[in-house]
Amino acid sequence: MEIVNFTPIPSLLGGMLIGLSATLLLLLNGRIAGISGICKGVLQKQSASDFSWRFLFIIGMIIGGLIYAYTHNLSLTANSMNVDLTKLIIAAVLVGVGTSFGNGCTSGHGICGLSRRSKRSLIATLVFMLFGMLTVLIIG
Amino acid sequence: MKNISALISGLVFGLGLGISGMMSPAKVKGFLDVTRQWDPSLALVMGGALLVTFITFPFVTKKVKPVLDECFYLPTKKHFEKELIIGPALFGIGWGLVGLCPGPAIANLAVLTPQIGIFVVVMVLSMKITDFLKNK
Repeated sequence: MEIVNFTPIPSLLGGMLIGLSATLLLLLNGRIAGISGICKGVLQKQSASDFSWRFLFIIGMIIGGLIYAYTHNLSLTANSMNVDLTKLIIAAVLVGVGTSFGNGCTSGHGICGLSRRSKRSLIATLVFMLFGMLTVLIIG
Repeated sequence: MKNISALISGLVFGLGLGISGMMSPAKVKGFLDVTRQWDPSLALVMGGALLVTFITFPFVTKKVKPVLDECFYLPTKKHFEKELIIGPALFGIGWGLVGLCPGPAIANLAVLTPQIGIFVVVMVLSMKITDFLKNK
């Protein structure tokens, strides 16, 4: 194993911003910043106020992404992604089915769940990390 | 007010994803590639986030209610179920295939390429169909 492209400072700072965001959403709105749950929730039948906070959180994420993308190197975004369509669709289906079935993704289980000392989230996080690594190891 | 706080939280989340490197699928795959050429950066993204939330969450949830709402909306399930292995396993495979999980996929809508658009639409549809079948 060889260490490459390591960016400790921006990654740590960016991570702390994500932690700050999750703290704000929990402290102010009482909600968990689990992105798969918020995405799924935006499309379900619900009161107008439940819809609007989810929708605006997503809009906020896109604006945040936009600010980053246009002040930095675009190659550091999915603009640089070069995969074939079949692989992309299979991956999207697996991410959608998997996060829905497992009730969470990297943010909901990996950050918020672990911070609530949830054993369920610890199991989920270990499993998706392991399978992510195995997939890259086998398929590349 | 709840809408403004959600918008601001989302914005900080999106910026964090960008600055941390999570918006780059190549960087995510570099992190998952532990055995060959490993980019450990994303361990620090999760570490940085947890450094904050591991401390703040217990304090926040000890409060009677959040600042702008009447109660906290927290997951209530505590038991182990097979979905907790199968779901994350499928998600992990999809994540490893292209290097996108839901957060960065959404933030990347900012650089709207057809690929990211397709990924998000298919991902969200798959979530909805899974939910529908699960609750049937």
